[in-house]
Parts: sequence; C-alpha cells; structure tokens
Amino acid sequence: MNPSKWFKFYIAIFLVFLYAPALLLPVFAFNDSSIVAFPLKGFTFNWFKVLWETEALHASAKNSLIIALSTAVIATTLGTLAARASARYKFPGQKGVMGFIMIPLVLPEIIVGVSLLVVILQLGFDLSLWSIVLGHVLICTPFCVAILSSAFLNLDQSLEEASFDLGQTKFATFWLVTMPLVLPGIVSSMLISFTISLDEFIIAFFLAGTEPTLPVYIWGQLRFPQKLPSLMALGTVLLVLSMTLLATAEYFRRRSARKTGIEDAGGFL
Amino acid sequence: MTTFAKWRRSDAAQGLLLVSPTFIYALLLLAAPLAMVIALSFWTQDYLDLDKTLTLKNYVEAWSEPIYQTLMARSLKLSALVTALTIALAFPVAYYVSFYVPQKRKPLWIFMITIPFWTSYLMRIFLWKVILGYNGVINGSLLGIGVIEQPLSFILYNQNAVVLTLAHAWVPFAILPIFVALEKIDRSLLEAAEDLGDGPLRRFIRVTLPLAMPGVVAATVIVFIPTIGDYVTPRLVGGPNGLMISNMIELQFKKANNAPLGAALALSAMFLVSVISLVFVWMNRKYLVGQK
Amino acid sequence: MTEPIIRLSGIDKFYGDFQALYDVNAEIQKGEFFSLLGPSGCGKTTLLRTIAGFEDVSKGTVEIAGQSMEDVPANKRPTNMVFQSYAIFPHMTVAENVAYGLKARKMPKDQIATEVSAALKMVGLAGYGDRASHALSGGQRQRVALARALVLKPKVLLLDEPLSALDKKMREQMQSELRHLQRAVGITFILVTHDQEEALTMSDRIAVMFDGRIGQLASPQELYRRPVNRKVAEFIGVMNFLDVSYTAGANGAFDCDINGLGQVTVPAEQAPGGVDASVTAGVRPEMLTILSGENTRTEREAAGTVSDVYYFGDMTYYDVKLDGVDKPVTISMRNTAGRTVLGRDDRARVGWGAESVLLLK
Repeated sequence: MNPSKWFKFYIAIFLVFLYAPALLLPVFAFNDSSIVAFPLKGFTFNWFKVLWETEALHASAKNSLIIALSTAVIATTLGTLAARASARYKFPGQKGVMGFIMIPLVLPEIIVGVSLLVVILQLGFDLSLWSIVLGHVLICTPFCVAILSSAFLNLDQSLEEASFDLGQTKFATFWLVTMPLVLPGIVSSMLISFTISLDEFIIAFFLAGTEPTLPVYIWGQLRFPQKLPSLMALGTVLLVLSMTLLATAEYFRRRSARKTGIEDAGGFL
Repeated sequence: MTTFAKWRRSDAAQGLLLVSPTFIYALLLLAAPLAMVIALSFWTQDYLDLDKTLTLKNYVEAWSEPIYQTLMARSLKLSALVTALTIALAFPVAYYVSFYVPQKRKPLWIFMITIPFWTSYLMRIFLWKVILGYNGVINGSLLGIGVIEQPLSFILYNQNAVVLTLAHAWVPFAILPIFVALEKIDRSLLEAAEDLGDGPLRRFIRVTLPLAMPGVVAATVIVFIPTIGDYVTPRLVGGPNGLMISNMIELQFKKANNAPLGAALALSAMFLVSVISLVFVWMNRKYLVGQK
Repeated sequence: MTEPIIRLSGIDKFYGDFQALYDVNAEIQKGEFFSLLGPSGCGKTTLLRTIAGFEDVSKGTVEIAGQSMEDVPANKRPTNMVFQSYAIFPHMTVAENVAYGLKARKMPKDQIATEVSAALKMVGLAGYGDRASHALSGGQRQRVALARALVLKPKVLLLDEPLSALDKKMREQMQSELRHLQRAVGITFILVTHDQEEALTMSDRIAVMFDGRIGQLASPQELYRRPVNRKVAEFIGVMNFLDVSYTAGANGAFDCDINGLGQVTVPAEQAPGGVDASVTAGVRPEMLTILSGENTRTEREAAGTVSDVYYFGDMTYYDVKLDGVDKPVTISMRNTAGRTVLGRDDRARVGWGAESVLLLK
C-alpha cells in the first residue's frame, strides 16, 4: 500500500499549517523592524537585547520558574502515588477514583480557574504564587498519572517480589528496584508538568495576585504594538526551551521503555 | 492475625492508602471548589458583599438575557465547528501515520505532531493574528503573486479566525486518540474485508471507520468540552462578533465583579457541553461496546 | 528423610468468592526434588506462592523446618524463588544480581565477591559477573536466577515454571542440569510445572493438582503405574478407557468382563482408588501388544481392526478398533528388528494380560 500523491500533499499542507506559528516566531524575532509584519527588513539581535534589559520580564520569569518547579515536584509526587496504586493494586472504587483524578484533563480550564478563585477568596486568603501552583498541580496531575501509569505497568511485578524474596524489606525494594526502573518516567513526568505550568495562562490569569507569571506578563504586553518584536524574541526563547525539555522528556521515556524491555509504542498521551 | 490486620495488608487497603493523597487533593481542590461555585451561583452579589439567600435569579438572567443567549449559542456553535474541523483535519493525519508510516518511525511522527502544542499558547494565538491579518502572511503572499488586489478582510477578527485558531490548538489532541484507535485495528480484519469482496472505499466505510469510532468519540469529547472555556482566542482574533461565553464569564468574575452571575454562566455552559457530549457518546454507543 | 522440611496442613485460599485452593495437605521431605504438576489454573502456582509468602493462606498453616510461617513475610522465610520470568534486575550486572540477597544480609564485601563467583561457577557462568543482565540469553538468565537464589543457601528453593520460556533443546539440557544441581547442593527443590514429562523425569515425588486440590501425591513410577483416578491417569501419559462390569472375587480381587478384551480377574492393588458403579478399565498403550505370526507369548488375546497408524521411527502407534467397541484404543509398539508394521484396515490380534488392566473411578 502506498499513499496517493494527494494524500501526501494533504499531509504536507497539514504540517505547514501545524508549524506555521512556530516557524514564524523566530522569523520575526530576528527581524529588524518594530512592526511584526511582512515584508521582512534586516537581521538583528536587538529584540533579545531588549528582553535582557526588561526588569519586569525577569521578575515574572522568576515567578513562573518557581511555580513550574513546585508544580512539577508536587504533581509528579501525586501522580506517582496514584499511578502506582492503580497499576499495582486492586481496590474498591478504583475506576471512579482514577476517573475523578483524571477529570481536569477534559474540564475547561476556565472552570478550574474560576472555582479555585472563588474558594480562595471565600476562605479569605490572598492570591499568591501558591494559588497558581494549586491550580497547576490539579491540571498537571492527570498527565503525570498517564505517563507514570505506563512506567509502572511496564515494570514486571516479579522484580519486586524477587527483591523481597531475596531478603530486602519493602522499603529497600522500592529504592533499589522500583525507583531506578521508573526513574525515567518520573523525570519525563516532571519535565512535562514543568512545561505545561510554564506556559499555562487561563488559570494563572484568574489566580495571579500582584505577581504576574510569564504568560500573564506577555498578555499584558500584547496590547502594546511597540513591545511585539521583543515578545517574538521571548517566544523564540520559550520555544527553544520547551523543545529542549520535551526532547529530553521523550528521550527518558523511551529509555525507560527500553530498560524495562517493552517495545516502544507511542507518544506522551 | 486479626481480621483488621489482614485487611490492612490486603491489596484493597494498600491501594486505597496509596491513592488517597492524590484523591484527597482532587477532592479538596476540584470537588470542593466546584461545590462552592455551585453554591455561589445561587447567591447574589451586593456591591462588595455576598447575599447568601438562595435564589435562581442568576440562572434566570443567564438563560433569558438576549446577550447571554447569543453568546451561549455562538459558543456552542463555534465549539461544534472547531470540533468538526479538528476531527476532519486530524483523521487523515492519524490514518496516514497509522497505515503508511513505518512502525519504527511512528513515535517520531507522533512526537512531531505534538511539538507545536507545546509552544507558547499566547504566542501561537498571536501569530495567527499575524498570519491572518490585513498586512499578514496570507494577504501578503496572495497580493504578491497577484491572486487578489485588495487584502482579504474576512479572515481575521471574526468567527472564522476563532475556529481556525482553536482547531490549530487542539488538533494534536484529536490526532492521538484516533491514532490509538487505528493502531488497535487488527490488520487482518482489513484483509478479510478485501478478501470478502470489498473495495478500498467500502472497506474503509464498513470496517476501518466503525472500528476507529471510539477514537473519534474520545477526540470529540476531548476537544469539544475544553474549547468552550477558552477566552483568549476569541479575544485576540475574534473581533467583536467572535466573542464567546467564556469572555463574558471572565468579565463577570473580574471587571464586572458579579461572581455569582459568572458562576451561573459558567455552570450553564458546563451543563450544556456535558449534555451535548453525553448525547454524542450515547449516539455512538454501538461503536463503543466491547471496548475496554 | 524423616523430618519433613515443609508441612502444609489444611490450606484454603480464597480470592474474593473464588476458591483457588481446597484443603491442601502435604509433607515435603528434606533434600527432595518435589514437583507440583497440573493444568493451568489448577492452583499449583498459588500454592507455591503461599509457601514463598507472597500470598496469605485463608485457612490452614504452612510450616517450614518445623516453624509456622504465619506472619512471617517473604523476605524473612528460608525459601528463595526462581521466577517464571526470571525477574533478573535489568539495571544491574550479573554479579550485582547474584549479590543482591547477600547485600540485604549485610555480608562483608570481600565475602560477597567470593560467594558470588562461587555461585556463578556452580551454574556454569564463571566470568560472566560484569555482563549487563539485559544482554543475556534465556538460558543464561535462568542460570543467573538460580545462582541468585542458591547463593543464599535457602532451606527450600521454589521454581515457578522455570523452563517454560526455553526452547525444546535448551529445556532438555536444563532439566538434567537442574537435577544434577539439586543433588549437588542437597537443597529441597519445589518445582511448578504443567509439563508431565518434565515432572516425571526430574522429580522424587509429584503432587498432581486439579481445580485447587491435590489429586494424587506419589513417586513418578507410582503415578504412572497406579494412578488413583481417571483424571490423574489421563493427565499422566496416555490411557485407554474401556467399559467394564465386575463382581467381587476372592482375596479382594475383582472378576471383570472388559468390553472388547474379555474376562479377567484383576487383583485389588490394580484398583488403587477403589471401585464403584462408575469404574472403567484403564489400559496403557504399551500394556497391549499387536501379535504377529506364531507369537502367542501373552496371557490373553483379543481381536480388532487397525483404523490408523502413526509411525514415529523407533515406535509405531496404532489406533485399533477392538471388535464390538466403537472407540479405538491406542497401542504402542517398538519397531524391533523383523517386526512388520501393519497398515490401515488390517486385522490385528491384540495380546493382553491381567497386569495390563487398572480399575479406575
């Protein structure tokens, strides 16, 4: 079976459509013009220099990093527990419990943002970076559960039994056998949730107090045409960063699959 | 050994213990807040205070005011269009990757398809503005090669732009479940269909498509429900006629400071998309039986 | 061989409503090569895992070396296991795998090194210590699994279908190696297998299990020659069944009329499970002879027609329809010099004797 010419043509067009924004980003980032439009003028590093000099940007970037790191650690921890429980044990209400944990995957983010906003304000707390972390952990955990479930399912259960049988305690077994074998899954889960959190806007916009995250900052700047070229430069930096993180995550996920001797089957989801 | 001690060592107890932190987190930060939003939607905003007398006033307003009706209907229409376009774009791609890409290169293709999704969300939307704009990429190129004399204006700041931009954002989410469903199809079933006399088209309609339906249904739900909640895309590329209900929800919670009405609007929107999704799943139930 | 190393008393095991083991009782002797044999789903692996401590018993007790194992977890039991998948830790070298249990015992490093290389030598993997474990072949993995368990000098070694993942040739080689290894170390081996040939060739004693119960516990010879019921007889080797009517005779013997063969008196010991109305006569293929020419060395003779011939080179298997019986019986004959091989539809004289017959419920 060979795809027809038209089919191949469609796929090519689709890929152009899919990648168009991502490809345009660097084009305008290096374009020596204060208007983000064609025709292109000349080549410049100027917009990156502007980024370097914008203090407010640095503050929001720092906020985003704090949030993304915390989210990655907490969501992966919660994801590990849930994935391990569902992969290794059978317990009453398993389907319902796991389904409930996965709900944020199909919930409009605005609902998550709104409901957390309501609760935090009603309880009399101030909005802070932590309120954003709470929301981000909620939406990242399902991704972590999905990634880690496959890592735990790929783990031959008799390996843990063998360790126990050879005289190790359950605790030592976890550190000596289970952890090293699912570590790639954990790393990839952390990278994915870090990336999601770093880029998340809808929830962050609702829950950001006086300290904006990077996307909230970008949102504020989108109104000012003169800031656009430097935003393009920022977008390029973020693009390179997420691609690196994702490629790393993918690398670890595949290595995990290889180590546990399972044929590699597919992507992240 | 007591019964309790035995139970504690059982699978059930250990599993529940292990899953409980995650489950409790979801209860506290998803179920409880949702319950709170439901309560809020029956209260009234009284300037800076909340009047906690239960009332249906917010819902009456949300369902009867023409502006909300218009926005709600438009949102549902746009979400449905986005979903349809997304599936239409995604199916051939999923089919291509599943049937024509060599087994070893499939993960790479899937990875390639997911990458654009991970590039900055706001930037992506904004760049569609650049692509579709009056002096944008499309108009520029079309003018350049002389296809048109005036820049096209029907491609930005309207509903078309919203649909296109959202479809672009969600297409990887549609490709993945369809791809998984296609991968699960036993290839010998297709050979059997051919052997029994079906041509390629009939085979596709009678065997491939029904077996791929679970993926299509999953993709539909995954795209349709969250799309209704996006307020960024309509704001950036929608223009005045492209705004959706989520823009109104955001407005009520922030600038208009009428959270109870916002809650009622949000819950009504949630209710409608859930009902529509359930009906859709129910209509396709015959394709879903026997699926795990 | 007096003090049993393992005593299983009245073991029941439930998974929810499903009962996997019914009142299992057995004593396994020190230094014995013991097999749990049965079709898949008969509970043999479950029984092994209750001995290892991976499954709790619902009722009854497991005693190892005179001590009750209740509340003793798997990591504290004097048993070690060779898993069906071998469960070789993929992120460790061969030596690290073998050293794993010794490290858990906090043995000094230099002593571990000595023990590990001795264990690897014992299983024929001397010099393989630094190999990455995921690069090993199936047979090598199994040897690593054996070394890893035996290096701990357990009182009992448990083997869960250890040969099922190997190809036929490798399996036969490992069968004899396992047997030699067991004699050399003198440790009690308990082997779970569904392969009756494997159990017969390797074991001192075999427990045949069906549906969560031990059907018969005996030596290989006794299992084959004196199965206690039809189920065991069918599972071990090939058995022909013929309808029979009997009356009690002298000295507890039975005067029988066997459909297709004729009348005979069967001694009591050839009805090891007793008799009742459902009893049938069981005859092994090699306990019948196809008589040719003037050969009349057998006790009795019956007649039939050859309905199929299966030629195996050294052996020929015949399906013979005895006169008056619809279902053919299988007869095996060694193809010794000068013996003619009959063809389909040839008439056959079938030789048999009282010792050919078992009465089975």
